Amino acid sequence: MLGPMTWDYAPAPESRAIVELRPSYGLFIDGEFIDPLDGTSFKTVNPADEEVLAEVTAAGPRDVDRAVAAARRAQVEVWGPMSGAERAKYLFRVARILQERARELAVLESLDNGKPIRESRDIDVPLAAAYFFYYAGWADKLGYAGFGSDPPPLGVAGQVIPWNFPLLMAAWKLAPALATGNTSVLKPAETTPLSALLLAEICQQADLPPGVVNVITGAGATGEALVTHSGIDKVAFTGSTEVGKGIQRALAGTRKRLTLELGGKGANVVFDDAPLDEAVEGIVNGIFFNQGHVCCAGSRLLVQESIASEVVDRLKRRLATLRLGDPLDKNTDIGAINSAEQLDKINDLAATGEQEGAQRWAPSCTLPGRGFWFPPTVFTGVSPSYRIAREEIFGPVLSVLTFRTPEEAVMKANNVPYGLSAGIWTEKGSRILWMAGQMRAGVVWANTFNRFDPASPFGGYRESGFGREGGRHGLEAYLDV
Amino acid sequence: MSDSRIEVRKTYKLYIGGMFPRSESGRTFVVSDERGAFLANVALASRKDVRDAVAAARRAQSRWAGATAYNRGQVLYRIAEMLEDRRAQFVELVVLSEAVSARIARACVDTAVDRLVWYAGWADKFAQVAGSSNPVAGPYFNFSIPEATGVVAVLAPQASSLLGLVSVVAPAVVTGNAVVVVASELRPLPAVTLAEVLASSDLPGGVVNLLTGRVGELSPVLAAHRDVDAMDLCGAPAALATDLERAAATNVKRVLRPPLAEPDWMELPTPSRMLAFVETKTVWHPIGI
Repeated sequence: MLGPMTWDYAPAPESRAIVELRPSYGLFIDGEFIDPLDGTSFKTVNPADEEVLAEVTAAGPRDVDRAVAAARRAQVEVWGPMSGAERAKYLFRVARILQERARELAVLESLDNGKPIRESRDIDVPLAAAYFFYYAGWADKLGYAGFGSDPPPLGVAGQVIPWNFPLLMAAWKLAPALATGNTSVLKPAETTPLSALLLAEICQQADLPPGVVNVITGAGATGEALVTHSGIDKVAFTGSTEVGKGIQRALAGTRKRLTLELGGKGANVVFDDAPLDEAVEGIVNGIFFNQGHVCCAGSRLLVQESIASEVVDRLKRRLATLRLGDPLDKNTDIGAINSAEQLDKINDLAATGEQEGAQRWAPSCTLPGRGFWFPPTVFTGVSPSYRIAREEIFGPVLSVLTFRTPEEAVMKANNVPYGLSAGIWTEKGSRILWMAGQMRAGVVWANTFNRFDPASPFGGYRESGFGREGGRHGLEAYLDV
Repeated sequence: MSDSRIEVRKTYKLYIGGMFPRSESGRTFVVSDERGAFLANVALASRKDVRDAVAAARRAQSRWAGATAYNRGQVLYRIAEMLEDRRAQFVELVVLSEAVSARIARACVDTAVDRLVWYAGWADKFAQVAGSSNPVAGPYFNFSIPEATGVVAVLAPQASSLLGLVSVVAPAVVTGNAVVVVASELRPLPAVTLAEVLASSDLPGGVVNLLTGRVGELSPVLAAHRDVDAMDLCGAPAALATDLERAAATNVKRVLRPPLAEPDWMELPTPSRMLAFVETKTVWHPIGI
C-alpha cells in the first residue's frame, strides 16, 4: 500500500552567490563612496532570518550638506546645461544596466527587504528598468509635454523613499527628476538601503556625471535634515501619512515644491456579476502581494452581500495554498515582514480587530523560527468603524465588509480619509466606468489590482498625498511650471 | 423730484448655500472708502459662519462636479452675462472700494467679464488638455482624467476687489469644485454684490459661498478644517501665510501659496490656477472579448 500522497514542493532557492555584499558601505556623494563627516553607522538585516547583511552609514547634517552641495554643483554646471538628448542617453544606459544586473538586484532586494524573489525578479526590477526607459525618452521631448516650449527644472530634489519597494521607488523618483534636468539627493529607507547603494554603483558604471545622483543612507533624522535643508528646491516623499504631514508642515513658508505619496486603505469592490475566479486572484494580489506592504493595497474587501459567503469561502481555500517562507525560494508567495517594528504594528492593529468584534482567520501554516513573519489573515464581520477598516495596517491583513447596492459600495469605499487606490470587479463595462467615476481615489483598477506601468500616473486623493508619479503627469513634479 | 429722493440702501450680508444670511454672530464692521468716509456696515463673519459655509459647499460640490462640462460652461457664461448687465454698478463700487479712476474701474469690470467668458470656455476643454490615455504594457485601456479636488477655501486678493476675486474664484469652480471665499477684508463691497450676480446666474446654491470679515479670524478656521480639501492663499497676509500652510497639513490640503506680490490681474491667465485644484484619476479598464 502506498502511504498518503504528498505534493510538497521541493525547495527551489535562488542562489545568493550572485550578490557580493561589502561588509560596510559609505555614502554615495559626488560620484564616490565616501566615509561620513559626522555620520554614524547602523546594521541592515535580512528580515527572513535576522542575519546582519552589512553595516551602513547614517548620514549626519554635514554629510547632508555635502551631498546637497554636490547635487547643486552638478545641476548648475553639468546636468542642467546638458542637452536633453544627452541626458536621455545616460538614463537609457542606467536602464540597460538595470536589466543586465537584474538577477543580482532581485536577489539583493529580497535579501534586504524580505519580499519573495518571484516578485522582486518579475515586478520590482523589470519595472524599475522600465521607468528609466520611459523617462529617458522624455528628456529631449519636454517641449511637447504640455508645460511650455522649454520647461525649466526645479534644481536639486531631496527624495525620501520607503522600504516596501526600495529599488522601484528609487526609480520612480530618480527617473523623472533626472530626465527633466534636476539632480537628486536620495535617501533610501533605514531598513532597506542596499539596492539604492547598488543603484549608485550602476550610476558609476553608466559614467553618470558625479553629483547628479547622491545616495545618503540613514533613518528619520537624516531624512529630516535633507527635507529641511535650505539648499534643495524640491521634496518628493513616499511613506506614511503621518510623516508626510510632518514634512508638509516643515515646508510651510518655504518656496520648496512638494509631492507626497502617502498611505492608503484601498477598497476592492466585488459585485455579484464579477468573474469570481479572477476576482479571488485579484483580492489575493491586492492585499497579499509584497506581504501587504503596499500603500495602494486593497486592504478592504467590499463584497456584495449575495455572494459574500461564497467569495470568502473561495478566498480561504486559495489562501490555504499560499506558500509562506524563504523569500529566495522561487515558489514562495509570502515572504517576511520587513522589520520587527512593522511586525509589532501589524500585531497591534490585528489585535484590535478581534477586540472590536471581527472574526479572525488565517490558514494553518508554520512560521519560520527566526525572522519576522505574519500569516495571511482575513477578518470577517468588520464594521466600517473598526480600526482595521479605517487605519492602514501595511501588512497581510484583509478586512471584509459587505454592501447591497452600488451606492452603498461607493459610500463605504469613500468613507476613509485616504484616497489612493480602488478596485472594481464586475463583468459590466458601464458599471466599471460609473464606479470609477464615483471613487475618490487616484488609481482605479477594474478586474485587476496592483498593476503598475511607467506610462500610468500614480498618486492619491485626500490624505493619500498629492502629485503624480508616472506618465506625462509625473514630469510636472520636477518642472518649474 | 428724484434729487430729493431718499435712496434705499442695501444690507451687505453673507452668501452661504445660495442664501444671504447675516452673520450668525450678529456682528458687522464698518467699511469706509480711502478717505475714511462711511460706506456700509458689512457682515462680520464668525467661525460658525465658516463651518456653515463649508457644509454648504460640501453639499453642493458633488452635484456641481457631476453636472456636464457643457452645463458648467453655460453657467459660467451666464455669470458673465449678468455681470455685463450690471457693469455701471460695479464700476461705481470698484471706484469707491479701490479709489481708482472710473477709467481703470471700467477696465477692471470689463476684464472681469471677459475672464469669466475665458474660463467658461475651459469647462469642456481642461480635461482634454490635462487628461491622457496611457499606453500601458498589458490588455487595459488606461486613461487619466482630472477631477475637481472638492471643497476649496479661497482667500481672495486684498487689493483687486472684483477682478482679482473673479480671477481666483472662476478657475476653482469651472472644474467642479465648490468654494468658500473670504473677500478682501477692506474692500468687500464688490464681492457681496458679485454674490447677487451669482445668485441670479443659475449657479447652484453652495457652489460659491462668500464671507466678509477678518481674514485673520476666518482663515485659520478654514486652514484647519478637515472637510476643506484645498486652499488658495492668494490674499493671505504675509504674516499669516506660513501658519495657514502649516495648519493645512492637518488633512494634507493642497495649498496654492500666496504670490510674492499681488499679480497684475489685467494680464491673461494661464490654465495653472484651474489645474491647481484638480486631482488626476487613472483608470485601468480591462480589454477582452
